[in-house]
Amino acid sequence: MALLLEMNAIQKSFGGVPALSGASIEIAQGEVHALIGQNGAGKSTMIKVLTGVYTRDGGTIQFNGAQSLLNSPREAQAAGIATIYQELNLVPLRSVTENVIMGYEPKRFGAFINWREAHRRTRAILDRFGIDIDVRMPLGSYSTAIQQLVAIARAVSLDAKLVIMDEPTSSLDASEVKTLFGVVRGLRDAGVSVLYVSHFLDELFEICDRVTTMRDGETVDVATLSKTTKLDLIAGMLGRDTREIAQAGRTEFGGGSAKEGEVLMTATDVATGPRLSKFDMTLHKGEVVGLGGLLGAGRTEAARALFGVDAISRGHVTLKGATAPCKPAEAIAAGLGYLTEDRKAEGIIPDMSVRENMTLALLPKMTKRGQIDRAAERKIVQHYIDALGIKTANMEQPIRELSGGNQQKVLLARWLAIEPEILILDEPTRGVDVGAKREIQLIIREYVDRGFGVVLISSEFEELVEGADRIVVLNEGRCIAELKNPGITEDKLVQALAHIEKVTA
Amino acid sequence: MSIPHAEQSTAGSIMKMVRANGGLVALVVILAFNVIFTPNFLQLQTLFVNISQVATIAIVAMGMTLVIATGGIDLSVGAVMALAGALAPLIFQSQFGIDYPALGVATAIVIPMLVALACGLFNGLMVAKLHVQPIIATLILFISGRGVAQVLTNGNLQTFNNPAFSYLGTGKILGLPFQGWLTVVIAVILFFVISRTIFGRYVLAIGGNERAAQLAGGPVLRVKVGVYVICGGLAGLAGLIVVAINSASDAARNGNLMELDAIAAAVVGGALLQGGRAPIFGAILGAVIIQLVKYTLLANGVADEVALIAKAAIILIAVYMQQARKE
Repeated sequence: MALLLEMNAIQKSFGGVPALSGASIEIAQGEVHALIGQNGAGKSTMIKVLTGVYTRDGGTIQFNGAQSLLNSPREAQAAGIATIYQELNLVPLRSVTENVIMGYEPKRFGAFINWREAHRRTRAILDRFGIDIDVRMPLGSYSTAIQQLVAIARAVSLDAKLVIMDEPTSSLDASEVKTLFGVVRGLRDAGVSVLYVSHFLDELFEICDRVTTMRDGETVDVATLSKTTKLDLIAGMLGRDTREIAQAGRTEFGGGSAKEGEVLMTATDVATGPRLSKFDMTLHKGEVVGLGGLLGAGRTEAARALFGVDAISRGHVTLKGATAPCKPAEAIAAGLGYLTEDRKAEGIIPDMSVRENMTLALLPKMTKRGQIDRAAERKIVQHYIDALGIKTANMEQPIRELSGGNQQKVLLARWLAIEPEILILDEPTRGVDVGAKREIQLIIREYVDRGFGVVLISSEFEELVEGADRIVVLNEGRCIAELKNPGITEDKLVQALAHIEKVTA
Repeated sequence: MSIPHAEQSTAGSIMKMVRANGGLVALVVILAFNVIFTPNFLQLQTLFVNISQVATIAIVAMGMTLVIATGGIDLSVGAVMALAGALAPLIFQSQFGIDYPALGVATAIVIPMLVALACGLFNGLMVAKLHVQPIIATLILFISGRGVAQVLTNGNLQTFNNPAFSYLGTGKILGLPFQGWLTVVIAVILFFVISRTIFGRYVLAIGGNERAAQLAGGPVLRVKVGVYVICGGLAGLAGLIVVAINSASDAARNGNLMELDAIAAAVVGGALLQGGRAPIFGAILGAVIIQLVKYTLLANGVADEVALIAKAAIILIAVYMQQARKE
């Protein structure tokens, strides 16, 4: 197999702190190669070196048979390296065609765009990927998945030899993931290499050929996926022994132990819009109720309905017997907390300090006549930094400088600090490295054991199955089943989901 | 983000310091230039003139800073100044104002201030309740406010002789202009509000990430309306001061282009247009720089038109330094 890319002994440090110290990766022609590692392992730095965003301090890059400098994104693009970012860099308000041919428009008389030819060419490009959409419509009118595929199509039409995909499936649902995988296989068959970065290990076994594992800025392992196991990969990322992990169990949850306490919250026949049409749930004291389902099943919408973010158009939500509040501020005052799914868009306030981020929901309670009690504030913040083991230089450090896992802990502390009776957690461990994940799961467990209630949303079935006392299964905005621990297995959850798939299909 | 080792030399750290304190450095440069080149610069009279002129820019700029901190902008401040300034003489020169002089002056301050606050309320509701883009929402009063002021005064210059009212612009406390003290008092209050109160914390949180602030229970509507009301009120106050300084109210000129000066001062002072930062004393520094540049050029016989170009240059440099700081 001919090598397309060879990055060797790459060095990069920021202000004296090494981010990469002798990292290397090799990708063969027409190979789908996975890159994994905990947050801070150096994956993104490696990609940024490869795409010319960062200039490396040392090491060599061979691309397509020649020594490459790759000192600017432009140079990398010209060499045939295309990157599909999580946040797409396309123009949502312009048509699909314009996005695909941007910069390479077919001209008429040297000045006017030949639209007929442009649309034809775009359709031809998209056809290769089995995407059949109206190319005249604004790109933004299509789902994220389609937009992502359009970005890939554009990259390939520009003769990309290597396509880098950074967490491509994080916002796709199951069927969209299937389409994406089809496209990735198509790329492989056409001889294009793919560098695939993902937190979802299961995906790698489905789509990738080989995997490079990074830890602390170094490459620690290269393996063929058909000859390795998930446990081995986790052990490699953590730098721990596989047996040790197997014994400890892969999550820190231990659901199913709860005795049913009094009812904290109920939702009866709740609808808020097209994405949530029939939601029923009961939450008792000392209980974790999981919301299961695929992406787009209405889990986040259910959480928003419970927290009073979205207005309820039908049905009834009660909180300790009374009608639940319909505004976030009132919900908080009534003892609810809601850890949102999208940390960046709905969670952190990037330029504010750890202290200010943590006490945001608590503000009304630590204020006397409009004035913030700063001594009390510092005391509370220090308490949670210690209790949750948040790694921060000090409480005045801007939260954007923290790693994803520590940001998530700060946000968790924001809600724990108001001492809510009910916590709604939407993907509490997504995008968080394995170590922080276990810690966050422990914190949640301790909180539940104190007699409070948790509504847990997680795309990781393992986390849900092990963590929840009961799982309410949603599909297309409707509750379709309720499973009870002990006795829930991943298989049973998948079966519950699969069952309705068959019925509706 | 981080700077490689090689650049952390003496030259590098000086550059860094200049960038971090760009406003102060600019101030020192302008002052030094004036001491050397401008005749009679080191005179008390010069200080008085500049303080009385800078106060209005600074007062409006502080309000603007709060609005900008929430990610908004207020184009209507100049028009609100004209409106407030036009109302005052109409009231104390009315029959009622002549019959009851003390009450007349009091009403001539209270009513225009209430109108200015109402203008702010209108802006705030447009932005926060109806979700109109701030630049469009405040464009409405930007256009109509001055129009109303001119209609009220039939487009005439209103001159007057009313020492009690003129105290706003010509009074002195401990030898320094009244409005200078007023500016300092407002700045101290606003600084306290921003750094110590829940309202201030919410202002910065909303500017930093509005959705996150709302989901954490922040009263987005009230806080946003609040900053526009404060901004409107401060603009009204500035309008009254200008009228008091001149002993005349000219609805066509009062506060003309003030929105630009105020935005410029806020930006020079370190406010970020995307929100999340509210440097109150920075706004005053920005106002002082803009005033001093105007004064310097005027005192050295440079035409007003050229002064505009100089102002543009300052904004350009300020924005450039902000960008550099973000890297």
